[in-house]
Amino acid sequence: MIIGNTTLTLTEEQGMLMDVAREFCRDKSPVSAVREQLDTELGYDAGVWKEMIALGWTGIALPEHCGGSGLGVSALVPVFEAMGRALLGTPLLTTSLAAQLVMRAAGAAQESVLADIASGKIATLALTEDADWGREHFAVSLDKNGTLSGMKRFVPDAAVAELFVVPVQREGELVIALVGASQLPDGAIRPNTLIDETKRAANVDFTGVRVDENSLISGEQVANAINDTRLIGALLVAAEATGSAGACLDTIVEYLKTRKQFGKLIGSYQALKHPTVDILIDTDSSRSFIYHAATVVGDETLDRDGEIACRMAKAQATDTLLQAGDRAIQFHGGMGFTYECNAQLYLRRAQWSQQQFGDAQHHRTRLAKLLLG
Amino acid sequence: MSVSELELTEFRAEVSAWMHENNPKDPGFLLPQTFMEVGDERQLEFLREWQHKVWAAGYLGMAWPEAYGGRGADPAFQTIADQEMRRHAVPISFNIIGLGWAGPLINDIGTTEEKEKYLKRILTAEDVWCQGFSEPENGSDLGNAQTRAVRDGDEYVINGQKIWTTMGNFAQYMILLARTNPDTPRKYDGLSFFLSPMNIAGVETRPIRKLTGEYGFTETFFTDARIPANCLMGEEGQGWKIAMQTLQYERGAEAGAAGGQMMVRVTVEDMINELQGVSRDEAAVLEDPLLRDELVRAVMEEKSQILGVRRGAIPGLSSDYPGSLLLSGKLRMSESTRRMRQLAIKLQGAEGALYVGDEEARQGGFWQRAYLNSFSATIGGGTSQVQTNIVAEHVLGLPK
Repeated sequence: MIIGNTTLTLTEEQGMLMDVAREFCRDKSPVSAVREQLDTELGYDAGVWKEMIALGWTGIALPEHCGGSGLGVSALVPVFEAMGRALLGTPLLTTSLAAQLVMRAAGAAQESVLADIASGKIATLALTEDADWGREHFAVSLDKNGTLSGMKRFVPDAAVAELFVVPVQREGELVIALVGASQLPDGAIRPNTLIDETKRAANVDFTGVRVDENSLISGEQVANAINDTRLIGALLVAAEATGSAGACLDTIVEYLKTRKQFGKLIGSYQALKHPTVDILIDTDSSRSFIYHAATVVGDETLDRDGEIACRMAKAQATDTLLQAGDRAIQFHGGMGFTYECNAQLYLRRAQWSQQQFGDAQHHRTRLAKLLLG
Repeated sequence: MSVSELELTEFRAEVSAWMHENNPKDPGFLLPQTFMEVGDERQLEFLREWQHKVWAAGYLGMAWPEAYGGRGADPAFQTIADQEMRRHAVPISFNIIGLGWAGPLINDIGTTEEKEKYLKRILTAEDVWCQGFSEPENGSDLGNAQTRAVRDGDEYVINGQKIWTTMGNFAQYMILLARTNPDTPRKYDGLSFFLSPMNIAGVETRPIRKLTGEYGFTETFFTDARIPANCLMGEEGQGWKIAMQTLQYERGAEAGAAGGQMMVRVTVEDMINELQGVSRDEAAVLEDPLLRDELVRAVMEEKSQILGVRRGAIPGLSSDYPGSLLLSGKLRMSESTRRMRQLAIKLQGAEGALYVGDEEARQGGFWQRAYLNSFSATIGGGTSQVQTNIVAEHVLGLPK
């Protein structure tokens, strides 16, 4: 069956988290607050981050014996959708993914690391090395003496991360190094200037950092854990993008209902009205795909259904947000060309989202292989 | 009435076995893929016989009252029967205006006399029903219908013209939207709804040849056609409200429809299975990277429709822009079907130029014909452009 699994459910916990997260993000992250953070070093409000930790969001998907809620990735989807809707930054995304990788690759062996993350330690996933999302062999390597060499790029929230989760090559084998921020030499972190000013990332040079055996995760499950974390990354970015697309659509609709030209509200012109409906329909598709993926992705190794679901969610949601952001600029006319207009926030987020864990085309190419052989 | 899962599971097995056993063999001529394509007597008689057989077996009108030919069962049974009809790709239940529009309406708001007269004969396919809503000058703007109905003693005199009357030349009855009052401030308030006989003096139908070369619709002309006054449903002036009520039955048996399937469903998977053998650049067509991308998009569109139905049933996941999934359903489905069938022709390479009638056409020209026919859904029942306006105005709240 080419259509495959089509289950879609919402658990009580997901529903509750959705309500709480939406209200929280609406209160804490109005667009004025988002704008205040655009040029700060941190990129987010440390007070809001503390509150998110207090709400338990850093442990939602972590096991209960590590201080988490044990609700799995499915419960993170409504949270990231709400955060995307409010363009709320914070290191929650990369911390959650770093935790997923450690949990999937090491399980109980790194319980204390997971417990630290659940209680608010900022971790980040240092995965990407160049422009190729599909790279399976890493250039960053660990030698026999346990010394790292090489640089990871686009490491999210590197400046505030206390722990770096770093997939590397050790003599032909994939391993994961856990590196504390204090182990990095001065000047190892060089911030990127990102198109999305609500996000922060940096290049991190791990050359010379020594990793002891206790901070290494190895074994044959590592490769799967890395693949799954990429897919979950794609899903969570898709969830964020879906929320952002919804907010972007609201922004468009609001303008179309109030702006007049040639004596008429511009929303009455079909040239603007119809593409706006297309955005609504695409946003609806995105929501269906992310909640379907949330339904089929669990703590175990992702199966074919899970992989297809994550890839479809990412392909749909980031294309949708890009189109929404693009049209939001155009439909705001001259105003849309200004920094002051909020449309740019969504378009910049859209371009950032496309580039995380593979763009829509990347995922469709992978889907073709899965669906058509 | 509560039904146990076990009963439903057992019923599904039963109906599935029946459909498997009784699914008619290829009759040797093209069968309609939708109820809008019944073009000749041969097709009509074949489909009439099939519908009667399904009804006699107890799988049509299951939730309608026993007194009127139904089984008085929980609608869940009919929903399952419908699903199995789709799954087994049996012929369509062609009398769909009766089964899915007129019938449930009569069942809901008709008089006892009307129910006795009409309902059972809809199920058995003895009476074919058609619908007289659209007019040549008022296609998408249905509320502006101008066909006149003037009361004269115990009769109404009908004058005017309807178009896109599905099976108008075969039907015994029409659900007719006509203007009883041309002077109301709101155009909608002057409309009335009739259960109108077709085989009377003053009613003339003229088949319309479709872009496929086949027939299926008629123009219907009313020239001083006299119908009994008791053909009026409800009161004068309620026509628009009643016409809108007929639309809700599209949601199937749970909403009151008798059941059956109005079209043979064709999936992306069917397309891929049928066409993957075609060669392109001396390799299998499925190896072409650009076509692969198009196919993935088509699979995603189809999957998204299915997931949308699931999500729409979960209140917590459909609170943003409520009504969005429901109101955009026809638009999404019809447009994605059209695109998919266009792609199916493209996949055939040079053979995509062949058409029905050429013995070398793939599957007898099935996809070519299906593509041309797909416009019946992007135009009929409100064009995609009007549907888009409806979504814009009613879901997004954009100005007219």
